[in-house]
Amino acid sequence: MSELKVGTGPLFMDPDPDAARAFFRTKSRAQTNKLMTVKQAVATLVKDGDYLASGGFGTNRIATALLHEVLRQRKRDLGFAGHTTTHDFQIMAAGNMDGERLLARVDISYIVGLEARGLSPHARRVMESGQVQVCEWSNYALACRFRAAMMGVPYLPVRSMLGTDTFEKSAARTVQCPFTGKKVAALPALYPDVALIHVHEADVYGNCRIRGVTIADYEVARAAKRVIITTERLISNDEIRSAPHLTVIPGFCVDAVCEVPFGSYPGNMAGEYFSDEEHLRLWLQAEKDEQAFAAFLQKYIYGVADFEEYLRLCGGMARMQKLQAIELMVPGEGE
Amino acid sequence: MENYNAIELMICVAARLLENGATVGVGTGAPCAAAMLAQKLYAPELVVIFEGGGVAPLLPSMPISVGDSRTTWKALQATSMCEVMDACQRGMVDYTFLGGAQIDAYGNLNSTVAGDYRRPKVRFPGSGGANDFASFCWRTMVITQHDRRRFVTTLDFLTTPGYLTGPGAREAAGLPAGGGPYKVITDLAVMGYHQQSKRMQVESLHPGVTFEKVQENTGFEILCVPEIRETQRPQEAELQVLREQVDPYRYLIGR
Repeated sequence: MSELKVGTGPLFMDPDPDAARAFFRTKSRAQTNKLMTVKQAVATLVKDGDYLASGGFGTNRIATALLHEVLRQRKRDLGFAGHTTTHDFQIMAAGNMDGERLLARVDISYIVGLEARGLSPHARRVMESGQVQVCEWSNYALACRFRAAMMGVPYLPVRSMLGTDTFEKSAARTVQCPFTGKKVAALPALYPDVALIHVHEADVYGNCRIRGVTIADYEVARAAKRVIITTERLISNDEIRSAPHLTVIPGFCVDAVCEVPFGSYPGNMAGEYFSDEEHLRLWLQAEKDEQAFAAFLQKYIYGVADFEEYLRLCGGMARMQKLQAIELMVPGEGE
Repeated sequence: MENYNAIELMICVAARLLENGATVGVGTGAPCAAAMLAQKLYAPELVVIFEGGGVAPLLPSMPISVGDSRTTWKALQATSMCEVMDACQRGMVDYTFLGGAQIDAYGNLNSTVAGDYRRPKVRFPGSGGANDFASFCWRTMVITQHDRRRFVTTLDFLTTPGYLTGPGAREAAGLPAGGGPYKVITDLAVMGYHQQSKRMQVESLHPGVTFEKVQENTGFEILCVPEIRETQRPQEAELQVLREQVDPYRYLIGR
């Protein structure tokens, strides 16, 4: 057995399961109507300095309306789980401009890029400036940190990251398995302060259904201390009770429910609408020049009252119907 | 003048390496195109797995994201990242196919930074699922452009494990035994790894490419097998399916 190793990255959140239990003991279990507006939810449940986790996968089933509202309310010094984050990270990074700092700490497994679409020029500027504290992980490692938190254990052992600089710049440690003697990476539980998750259907109590892949949202929704849900559609509690096997997130984890049709736009929502590649290109284009990007943000985010107004600016219902046709692969509706 | 371009050749060659019935975890871009081409031509039962949770889709078009809804089109399962990576970790996934990054002689990859870590010249996305796939899957394949900027002696950052520092290093670090780099497909050649030294070696040269040209474009000393073959050209049938079904909008293969 060679020497055990200690990652040198910063550990942003306390992995202590008893501290988490003390919090969860006090979390309300009441079945109350949790409906509110996006503005109310972000104003009451996201505080400066909080650590946020964003659901979905970068440009897929992301809670765009909530992320925009975090920007619009000019939250400061947030921690963020950069887990499979692409357009969601691009939105958060837009808060670091003109000396303002929305992002202060980021656990990184995937940031700055938009997969095949290329790298975000503004997110790169922010991350290359050194103004944000960082810690490296892999996607599975961060998902397992949420899973450890969900389980209420202080850490989980995994067999990736070992032997790499990703491990060296993480806050993981190697430990020896007491049964097999094998060396494994111990990943500390990650309890975010707030999770922002967009779903297909929810009732007013926060019982949620998700169609398609869940990525890490099953884990994130249980690991987070507070959970804000946006939903494409509200459904009745009777409907939830008629098919309980479809419930992915139980209401007792959830603090707020906001009905936001097309709430993942310009992202993809499985079975509903495809990503708006033209609009995503527009973001990337605007970001090349800092002044142009400031004007872009003023037009699309700071200068609008809410997400509905943003959707109208982006082409409204006609555009949404086009994206629905692409998602459903209606013949003749090319991407 | 050949009737195909370099990226088409790379995708066709990569697709031939995936056998029917195998499981493969794929990344965005060319790896995804290769898996899709293989599925349509030689390996209809290829189980393509995406880190977002898509398992065994019948890909209708190339996904833009490894978490988008195309990754579950007519799939066997739409699940989670944990379930997908758990399957890799317990040894159920044969191959992983990763995209371009900095690579060294042992097949280690950098997708984190160019330059100094604290004040990087370029901040790249980071590991994503690459470190997990390459730690867990039995055989790692990489598709990338071949130049000295990418093929380097020393990586700026070791994001994703290849053979680390050589024979036995993966196991000593605690990684699952028996996995590691398998092939590298570039615009110049197909490389494998020397069985004892675990260093990269040229196995076949693409039509018109010399070994000297490969060495010139490689920042480290590259080995070669005793008898280097010529890479088989893309066949008409391969090109047709690639152009008409896999990438009809020519996002990857260009105009």
